[in-house]
Amino acid sequence: MDFTYTDTQDMIRDTLARFLADTYGFETRQAFIAGDEGRDPAIWTALARDLGMLGASFAEDHGGLGGGALENAIVMEELGKVLAVEPYLPTVVIAGGALKAVGGAQADAMIPEIIAGNAIIAFAYAEPQGRYDLANLTTSAKKDGAGWVLNGHKGVVYAAPWATHLLVTARTGGGQRDRDGVSLFLIDAKLPGIVRRDYPTVDGNRASEIYFENVAIPGDALLGGEGVGLDLIEQIVDEATVAVCAEATGVMQKLHEGTLDYTQQRKQFGIPIAKFQVLQHRMVDMFMEVEQARSMTIMGALKLDLPAKERMIAVSAAKNKVARGAKFVGQNAIQTHGGIGITQELAIGHYFKRATMIESQFGSADHHMARYERLALGD
Amino acid sequence: MDMEFSPEDLAFQTEVRDFIAENYPAELRGKQDEGDELGKEDFLAWHKILYKKGWVAPAWPVEYGGTGWTPTQRFIFSEEIARADCIRLLPFGLSMVGPVIYTFGTPEQKARFLPRILSGEDWWCQGYSEPGAGSDLASLRTAAVRDGDHYVVNGQKTWTTMAQHADWGFFLVRTDKEAKPQEGISFLLIDMKSPGITVRPIITLGGEHEVNEVFLEDVRVPVEQRVYEENKGWTCAKFLLAHERTGIAGVASSKRGVERVKAIARTELDGDGPLIDNPFFKRKIAELEIDLTALEFTELRGLAGPNAGKGPGPESSLLKIKGSEIQQRLTELTLEAVGHYGAPYFRGFGEGDNEHPIGPDYAHRAAPTYFNMRKTTIYGGSNEIQRNIIAKMVLGL
Repeated sequence: MDFTYTDTQDMIRDTLARFLADTYGFETRQAFIAGDEGRDPAIWTALARDLGMLGASFAEDHGGLGGGALENAIVMEELGKVLAVEPYLPTVVIAGGALKAVGGAQADAMIPEIIAGNAIIAFAYAEPQGRYDLANLTTSAKKDGAGWVLNGHKGVVYAAPWATHLLVTARTGGGQRDRDGVSLFLIDAKLPGIVRRDYPTVDGNRASEIYFENVAIPGDALLGGEGVGLDLIEQIVDEATVAVCAEATGVMQKLHEGTLDYTQQRKQFGIPIAKFQVLQHRMVDMFMEVEQARSMTIMGALKLDLPAKERMIAVSAAKNKVARGAKFVGQNAIQTHGGIGITQELAIGHYFKRATMIESQFGSADHHMARYERLALGD
Repeated sequence: MDMEFSPEDLAFQTEVRDFIAENYPAELRGKQDEGDELGKEDFLAWHKILYKKGWVAPAWPVEYGGTGWTPTQRFIFSEEIARADCIRLLPFGLSMVGPVIYTFGTPEQKARFLPRILSGEDWWCQGYSEPGAGSDLASLRTAAVRDGDHYVVNGQKTWTTMAQHADWGFFLVRTDKEAKPQEGISFLLIDMKSPGITVRPIITLGGEHEVNEVFLEDVRVPVEQRVYEENKGWTCAKFLLAHERTGIAGVASSKRGVERVKAIARTELDGDGPLIDNPFFKRKIAELEIDLTALEFTELRGLAGPNAGKGPGPESSLLKIKGSEIQQRLTELTLEAVGHYGAPYFRGFGEGDNEHPIGPDYAHRAAPTYFNMRKTTIYGGSNEIQRNIIAKMVLGL
């Protein structure tokens, strides 16, 4: 039993933290997320080529550093601390995770492109009627010669405006909510018939509604087997869920630190409000939630390789706890700041917005509680 | 980072598990299963078995009788103890005064007291709280006045757990009334059979006699029974509070408690099915399990993380707060689960005949335990005091 990080993991964290401190100041971030592009592409390129950061969780055979879930968690936590909008989650964690799982020629072709910073991959899985049910799909892929024809609508696809590729879940058979008949495709984002409506999200990211209108996709776009993709999709979404728990830990830590700082500056009744015991105890409660979020992220990351049932129990426990903690820490950070907390002027409100979106990303606290109950307390 | 035990750790786990299975007293097991109240002999029986094995004080330095185990082995040991539902050894000698004596005591004090703590020959109690000094411990007023080579002690202590059985007590007493509150306190070891000591029971909500008031009237205590310097007793007290926090979270025993509540909820009926299928009850169990997992991994991070072996820091207050809250929620859910049969009160009253038992066995102690466990967020520095400690020591407020 060992809960220490390796030297390489410490180096990844330190290198990334230093780089982000230079490139991701709050004012700088606010400027580029307000621009047309909504990001600074040079940062992604530097993450890939100067820092080698996009390879942290890939095998050395593919040009990576040989890491895995813990490395992804370290990167996501640091990205969370600066409210980064970099598409690390969909590109490296999710699409990278799917490629690692299927292996073969597709992985050999694509993973080096990810590591080099050439590929940005958005994950088009959610549908308006599906809520958090990964199998509830109306998007369809019909066999057409050697390839497929894709039709359907995917909602709130983060990073889609920047994407070179899309990772798409679609039905190749079965009824709308069946486990069987779900397939996973990795396609070029610029194929004819892909229509995007782009928009900003409340947490400073960019996303799209994506409409597939008779999109012809090649046969080798299929990742894994036809109609049996749900196990893989559940696995990569669990990996993504742990990754957003890690991001949440970084966001929550900054919410807590920001609140500690502010209460020591802000004076009322002639003294810093940090002197008031009622606020001290609330900040202790926030601290405890941050620490427990960190613990649950590590727990989830360490259990991602377990058999599916144990993995899902662990991930749902982690997400439920982190979602509750993120709400508590976010709301109390705002409350403790008072009026200034509900303005755009301080960073704190922006951390609150990201924390709030993470709460329900890949399933709300209730969704994961229900899955936990079904698997851990079922018959 | 990994959660796997090494082959050596796994072998150790088997060794501990086998030892408990072969040596835990059957009579004690029976009393626990029946929900009987445990007496001095019960605690001592298990204590002495562990003592003979050399496992009674895993946290002590080897030179004083510790086991020299790694943090992981100590974790495994406490897990196995809880898994087998062994009773907890009383902390007053082993976890409290023992470490104070081997850290601050004279060679004579170590030789005189430590072996008898290990063997269980001496039963210790803690003379800290007073009627007017609870969370504000440093305001204590029990006074010791020097008279030749003795102190003469007068005052009153309260909440003294198991003082009715105690051979010795460790007491915080005021030796300088003029100094600041923390600076005039000394740490005395007092023979509980000394003339002038009166122990009066306090009966708690479940009907138990656990705690007492202790009155001290002109009690003469030899100066050589003072640990560390005169007026420096607060140093010992602070050390004691921060020491031996391994297991303070109570994770292993709470895990067992969760299994127990789940078993009850599978037995109890609610409508057409078992109580565990009631969505409201199930939700509370699930949330408790998840919170317990968060506590477990927070403890493990401390135990096997970068600061392992550096001793407990103020973060251990987190473990105390969350651990005690979970212990209370467990007793709350148990009482809720047993429904009507939380009400019958059996103390000093026959449980009836075997043909017509009153309610299920698991219900007998549900309410008294719920009442009793309200103590966990109050004792050992109330959870509000623990928050003050984190605010000051961790957050720097």
